[in-house]
Amino acid sequence: MALLTLSSPHAKGPQRTSVMMRWVIAMTLPGLLMQTLFFGWGNLHNVLWCTLVAVICEAVVLKIRKRPIAFYLNDYSAVVTAVLLGLALPPFAPWWVSLVATAFAIIFAKHIYGGMGYNPFNPAMVGYALVLVSFPVAMTTNWATPLSLVDQPASFLDTLQIIWGQVPAQSSMVDALTGATPLDTYKHEIAHSLSETVLENPIFGTDFSLGWEWVNAAFLVGGIVLLALKVIPWQTPVGLLAGLAIPSLLLGHDADQTTPLVIHLTSGATMLAAFFIATDPVTSCTTTRGRLIYGFGIGLLTYIIRSYGSYPDAIAFSVLLMNFAAPFIDVYTQPRTYGYVDAKRGPKAKEAKEKN
Amino acid sequence: MSTSTQSKIIPTRTLYDFHGGIHPEEMKSLSNQTAITQAPLPPKLILPLQQHIGNASQVIVEIGQHVLKGEKLADADGKISVALHAPTSGIIESIIDHPIAHPSGQSAPCIILIPDGKDEWCQLSPCEHFEHLSVSEIQEKVREAGIAGMGGAGFPTEVKLHPPHQDKVATLILNAVECEPYITADDRLIRERAEEVVQGMEIMAYALQPGECLIGIEDNKPEAIAALREAVRETQIEVCVIPTKYPSGGEKQLIKILTDKEVPNGQIPADISVMCQNVGTAAAVYRAIRFGEPLISRITTLTGEAIQQPGNVEVLLGTPIDWLLSQYGYQESKSQRLIKGGPMMGYTLTHPHTPIVKTSNCILAPTHKDLPLPPPAQACIRCGLCAQACPAELLPQQLYWFSRSQEYDKAEHHNLFDCIECGACSYVCPSAIPLVQYYRHAKGEIKQLKLDQQKSDQARERFEARQFRLDREKSEKEAKRKARAEAAAKAQAAKKAAEAAKPAEAPQDTTEQVDPKQAAIQAALERSQAKKSSQAPEIKIQAKVAPLDINALKTAWDKAQAKLDKMHDALENAIVNTPEQVEKLTRAVEKNQVRVNQAKQAWEQASKLEATISTKPNESKPEVPKPDIDTLKVALEKAQSKLEKMQDALNNAQPEQVEKLTRAVDKNKVRVQAAEQALNEVSQAETIQDGKN
Amino acid sequence: MSVIVTAILALLGLATIFGALLGFAAIRFRVEGNPIVDEIDSLLPQTQCGQCGHPGCRPYAESIAAGGDINKCPPGGEATIQALAELLDVEATPLDSEHGEEIPTQVAVIREDECIGCTKCIQACPIDAILGSAKHMHTVIASECTGCDLCVEPCPVDCIDMVPVDQGLSGWHWHAPKDQNIIATDKLGLVAGMVVEEGNLS
Repeated sequence: MALLTLSSPHAKGPQRTSVMMRWVIAMTLPGLLMQTLFFGWGNLHNVLWCTLVAVICEAVVLKIRKRPIAFYLNDYSAVVTAVLLGLALPPFAPWWVSLVATAFAIIFAKHIYGGMGYNPFNPAMVGYALVLVSFPVAMTTNWATPLSLVDQPASFLDTLQIIWGQVPAQSSMVDALTGATPLDTYKHEIAHSLSETVLENPIFGTDFSLGWEWVNAAFLVGGIVLLALKVIPWQTPVGLLAGLAIPSLLLGHDADQTTPLVIHLTSGATMLAAFFIATDPVTSCTTTRGRLIYGFGIGLLTYIIRSYGSYPDAIAFSVLLMNFAAPFIDVYTQPRTYGYVDAKRGPKAKEAKEKN
Repeated sequence: MSTSTQSKIIPTRTLYDFHGGIHPEEMKSLSNQTAITQAPLPPKLILPLQQHIGNASQVIVEIGQHVLKGEKLADADGKISVALHAPTSGIIESIIDHPIAHPSGQSAPCIILIPDGKDEWCQLSPCEHFEHLSVSEIQEKVREAGIAGMGGAGFPTEVKLHPPHQDKVATLILNAVECEPYITADDRLIRERAEEVVQGMEIMAYALQPGECLIGIEDNKPEAIAALREAVRETQIEVCVIPTKYPSGGEKQLIKILTDKEVPNGQIPADISVMCQNVGTAAAVYRAIRFGEPLISRITTLTGEAIQQPGNVEVLLGTPIDWLLSQYGYQESKSQRLIKGGPMMGYTLTHPHTPIVKTSNCILAPTHKDLPLPPPAQACIRCGLCAQACPAELLPQQLYWFSRSQEYDKAEHHNLFDCIECGACSYVCPSAIPLVQYYRHAKGEIKQLKLDQQKSDQARERFEARQFRLDREKSEKEAKRKARAEAAAKAQAAKKAAEAAKPAEAPQDTTEQVDPKQAAIQAALERSQAKKSSQAPEIKIQAKVAPLDINALKTAWDKAQAKLDKMHDALENAIVNTPEQVEKLTRAVEKNQVRVNQAKQAWEQASKLEATISTKPNESKPEVPKPDIDTLKVALEKAQSKLEKMQDALNNAQPEQVEKLTRAVDKNKVRVQAAEQALNEVSQAETIQDGKN
Repeated sequence: MSVIVTAILALLGLATIFGALLGFAAIRFRVEGNPIVDEIDSLLPQTQCGQCGHPGCRPYAESIAAGGDINKCPPGGEATIQALAELLDVEATPLDSEHGEEIPTQVAVIREDECIGCTKCIQACPIDAILGSAKHMHTVIASECTGCDLCVEPCPVDCIDMVPVDQGLSGWHWHAPKDQNIIATDKLGLVAGMVVEEGNLS
């Protein structure tokens, strides 16, 4: 048997891309469970539907690109995108909204750039932003009211019918099942009320945000597990939460003027973004210092858009904006190499500095 | 172990940490359970002349010479070099290029030694108390003993025994870390010969006079630690137990751990007053000084599931690896690759029939289960695990992108050359990208580019120097020519003045006689000047149309033509008399025809050129036709006389020769006509020219 | 109406200010670069072989600076064409085979037994890499020879060979791993970016 010639190292560690992706998917399940418990079957259906669309789209595109389909599908990156979209989109969003979001994400935001690892923008967020801007009504009126506030919660079949357009959107059933999110409510109500009054709205529940607080808590737990498994780095989530918390504490401490920090943290897609969306390795920064800045940037932008912009939940845009900046941040946050006094930051090799 | 050692409170030194690192499976128990065995005497020893960093050793023995064990075979060459010795007694069979253990599989000069089985030592010079020797004597003995760093790098040890820049060394570190999985050579060496190691360190300390002596060892070798602690009891040496992490055994990382100092980039540990040596090297130093034994063997770990009797062996340098493995139950069918070194930094062997050298610390023969083939590489997901693992605090990801896109200047800016190629990044990469291979390739390419750039700069310098030299020669020639022309003109003027005073005796003749010669010279000079002025960019074309001298071309043509005619005659002769030569002569005739055509073409081209030059009003013009006319006249006369001769011959000829001679006569008639024509043309031209003037 | 006028005036004012700033910066912080001919020349391999049709690398560099083709240099090969394309921001055209093909580096070697000492090759060598004089042995200084091939033709006894340069161990380095954009046909047998063949180095 002839001997192989290979470069060292000959040993390989246990980390694998597909394993990491699968852990990410697995750790969204507690959050998904909470969403199903509190908001019905919509999210579960969307996750499944988006996964199906994503896998089919990816297979078709890989075929066109003449790549081995099984090899590339096995890295589970398309499934991750689909799951994140399924979790982020409104539960009662029509089927074509999810379809467009997922298909666009996979084909245009990922494969056009060269596939996994080559895309500069987070595919899930690109899809989300596209449908948010293109179908604003479908994206804002299809949020589910917490089940405990609904007289007749929709069964799985009912949910299917609504999503697949069998039931007209203006019908009373849909009306009863959908409603504004807590963030949306607080933002619009606080303009003409006081904080205590606004918080009496049943949507805020007894503590912070009915249903949403559990969802965010579940995502937080999932995220912490991912941190422990070293699947995601801690700098991005911590940066994001800090970026949200610090401006909120400094500028938004008056609950009568702006949404309080606890509402920020417990409703909307905050925890989902912090631990699952912003930590997408391909589109975030690579240096550790850079990740802190990147996460902080997302949090800050989210706070700004939520408070001063017209969107109640601004994760998608913040993430996309920071995706733009990530390579730039990388260039300026290079670590110091062993044996050097200073880090070589900046784009050009400064010969004069090196000579010292 | 004595209880006193265990109860004594050992002062713990503050240990630091280096960035990154990984924890691969150690796999040490495969080979460290048994004591070191002696490898048997192989049938052949292959000794490369370069088993170290620096200049290759210079052979001092001859083919066929009988050598004793420990006898010097090759001398150290220069400051950074070591000697090479015979590992056993035997005959030098040959000194040839033989494949060596190198990832490229290439060959290098080696001495092939056939052992005679007697294993006779040569005369040795032991020394019981090294303190009686001077430092320089010890350094000389170490150099003569051929000791190089045995941890894997192979740097000549003697060089490291000189204090740097005549300063004192602050810290002498002995590297017993052995962080790579599978390798246990140092572990067993310490367990069984800790005394030798410590004594070796004492000798080194004697030479360097360091401020402190430390031995760094990982905590996964408890028996070795105990043995060391026992051995250093009476000494000032401190045993530092460091946590197991790969690559703590790297020199730079170990220095950081033990002293918190970083080796600045571009410098060596000696520059920060630290010296690092391997424990194997220390033991070798001890044996060299104490017993006078040169370095002729080393301890190598044979491990991997494809070897039935794994363990550590004391093996003679030059032992062929395939023979060695066969002695320990190597199962070729199970093995998928042979690695010299450990799984992280070792390289694969293409030819197992290569020798053990001074730096061979391990031969690893894994099966597919041991070290499975790495999976196909996927795209980089920028997870940053590589940067987290890198002990040099680089950004392996960026280096990967730059190496892949061949943006070598950016890769260098990101400190590519600070990479120690430890393999931690490739180990952790979830996409199984062969990162280290990319860096090795990029480093090689950058070095090659720099060499090429250097070479091309040198070539440019030489070219410019040559141009300068040629220009200088040309201008010197010009100056000389001018001077000569002026002198000639002066002489001519003087002569003219002298003659004007004399009565005119056939002034036409003298002027004509003097003038043609002068004119010829002048013409030649003008021609060469014309040649030079048109020379400028056309070097190649010049080679083809070299002499613009029309006369020379004409003569050449005539000569060629004459030769052709001769050949024709010979051919006809042959057709009649000697048929066997016909073929050869036909070919010769063809060749000559070609030459004639070429010469004719050349002449025609030249005359065309001359014609274009001559359209400019030129003072020399009136003189040029004159020589032509004369030569033509002469040619015409010659042709005419020849014709007459041929006609006579024809009249007097034998019948068989008539045909031949008739042809000859015709040819000559043609020639006469041509000559007449040429003469007429030139005379006409001259009259026209004269008319113009 | 006044709003529009104000807007126009404001924009004009801003444009003037920024334009002035830019102009000032362009002059004050101007960096003198190398003349382009020098930069082009530094990219050429300096073999002075004339295969491009110009008598040396500098004249070729000058012709490129004047707008000539960048694909005429066989010793430089693809790498040089790419570098020139980048420098001049033009398209990298493939090597013009009219001028020769890219071959691995060679050096000239004189078979000294046959050398007659005519100095024709010495005169031909553009960088004086041949040592010798009339009626004395000629030899090529291998470390200086660029492999330009100009000495072979003038030799009347045809005693000069072009041999490929072998740099041996010191010139060897790892090749790049096979590109990872695996297409369906070559996925089989692919290991960590290297095609696995029996005993094959690649």
